[in-house]
Amino acid sequence: MKLKLTIIVFSFLLTSAACSPVDAKILHEERSLYSQLIVKQIGNTVCLQFNVRSDQRNQSCIDPRRPKEMVFSYTRMSMASLLYVQQPQSILVIGLGGGTLPTAFHQLYPDAHIDTVEIDTAVVKVAEDFFGFRPAENLKVHTTDARVWTKRALMRDRRYDLIVLDAFNGEYIPEHLMTQEYLTETRQLLRPNGVLVANTFAQSDLYHSESATYASVFGSFINFRVPESANRVILVPGEMLTKDELLARADAMKGRLRPYSVPIKRYAQLIARQMDDKPDWRVNTRVLTDQFAPANLLQEQ
Amino acid sequence: MNLIIYLLAFTGGFVIMSMELLGGRVLAPYFGSSIYVWGSIITVFMMSLSLGYLIGGRWSVKQPNLLRYGSIFLGGALLMYPLVLFAEPTMQWIFTRVEDPRYGSLLASTILFMVPTIILGMISPYSVRLLVKSVEGSGQVAGRLYFVSTLGSALGTLFTSFYFVLHFEINSILIMLTLALLSMAIIAITCHYRGMGAEKT
Repeated sequence: MKLKLTIIVFSFLLTSAACSPVDAKILHEERSLYSQLIVKQIGNTVCLQFNVRSDQRNQSCIDPRRPKEMVFSYTRMSMASLLYVQQPQSILVIGLGGGTLPTAFHQLYPDAHIDTVEIDTAVVKVAEDFFGFRPAENLKVHTTDARVWTKRALMRDRRYDLIVLDAFNGEYIPEHLMTQEYLTETRQLLRPNGVLVANTFAQSDLYHSESATYASVFGSFINFRVPESANRVILVPGEMLTKDELLARADAMKGRLRPYSVPIKRYAQLIARQMDDKPDWRVNTRVLTDQFAPANLLQEQ
Repeated sequence: MNLIIYLLAFTGGFVIMSMELLGGRVLAPYFGSSIYVWGSIITVFMMSLSLGYLIGGRWSVKQPNLLRYGSIFLGGALLMYPLVLFAEPTMQWIFTRVEDPRYGSLLASTILFMVPTIILGMISPYSVRLLVKSVEGSGQVAGRLYFVSTLGSALGTLFTSFYFVLHFEINSILIMLTLALLSMAIIAITCHYRGMGAEKT
C-alpha cells in the first residue's frame, strides 16, 4: 500500500517535472483589472499569456531576434485580410495583445491611420515594455471598452478600410462584444469595400452561435481555416475576388509579407478553395444579441 | 397569513437581485462591462434599498395592512416594467451627453433602477411590522424575515446567472419578474379583502 502510494507520488512528480517547460522564465507577472498577465521567456521567444492555463489563443509571442516574425497561426491568418484591401488608409484593431498586428500594419502602411482599442492599461504597458509596441502619431491606442469606443466612433463619423476584431484573449469573454448589435455597429464603421477580419472561437457551442451571429450581420463570409491549426478566422471581404485576382494580389505582396512569415500565396489558394464553402455550423443556431448573450456559458458546452 | 408574508418577502428578495444582475447586461452595450459599471449598479441598488428601508419603515407605522403591503408590490411591478420599454432610449440619451462611462453608467443606473429598487426596499420593514406580535418576539421575526428574503436574493442571483440568461432574453426575464411581483400584489390584496389581515389594522 505504502509502496504503491510512493510510486504514485513519485510518478506524479516525474510527470509534472517533465511537462513543465524547463527553459521558461517569467519576466513579468501582474494581476490587472481584467486578467492575469504573465510575460514569459520560452527559449528564444517572449510570450504574453493571459492566464495560467496556456494555449495558443491566449498568447502573443515574439522572437526578439526576428521581431517581425509572427509566431502564431491565427495572427498570420489575420494578415490574409490584406488580400482584400490594397493600401488601406485607415485601420481599426480591437484588442491589442502584444501589439503584433498593429505594429505590422504600421510598418507595412506607414501612412495609414491606425486606431487600436484595448481596455486594459496593463496590456498596453506590457506591449510597450516587452513587445516593442510603439504608439505613434498615426498609431494610436485608446484604452477603453471597445463597445463604448465603437459607439463614439460612429457618432464622430469615423470609417475604416480594415477592421480587425481580436478582443477575446482572456478566460472571460466580454459578452457585449459578441452580439448582433455590436457587429452591426462595427459594420457601420467600415468604408464601402472595407474588410473585416475576426479571430474567433473554433470549438464548443460558441462556434455555432458566433458563426450564426456573424452570418446574420454580414451575410456570407469566408470561414478561413488552415490545415496546420485548429483556429478559424472570419473574413468579411468588401468585394469578392476570383482565384486569379487573389493569386495576383498574393504575388504582388508576398515579398513584403515574408519577414512576417505570412505564407500569403498559400493563403490565397486556400481562400480560393474555401470561399464557396457551405456553412459547417448549425445554421439554425440562436443568434447572440444584447438581449441574449450567454457566450461564456455556451463556451463551456 | 404569516406564510404569505414570508412568500412575498422571498419573492421581493429574488426580484431585487435578479434585476441587479440584469442591470449589468442592460448597461453593457452603452457603458461596457467594466468594474465601474458594476460599481455604479451596486451603489445605486444599495442607496435605493437603504432609502426604501427608511420609507417602508415609516409607512408601516400607521394602519399597516395587507392592502398597503400588496400595493408596494404593485408599485414595484409598475415601476419596473418601464425598464423593458425605455432602457434603450434612456441610455442613448445619456450616452450622447455624458462622455465618461463611469458617470454615464452611474446616471443610467440611477434613472433606470433607483425608483423600483426603493419601492422593493420597502418590503422588508413593512413585512416585519406585519409579522411582529410582541416585543420579545421581534428579533426572531426580523431574523426569520431577513433569512427568507436574503435566501430569495441568493436564489434570484443563482437562477438568473446560471439558467435564465441561457434561455431567455433580458426583457423576457424582466417581464417575468414584473409578473411575479404582480401576482404577489394580487395575493396580498385578495387576502386583505378576505379579511385575513384584519386583526392587524
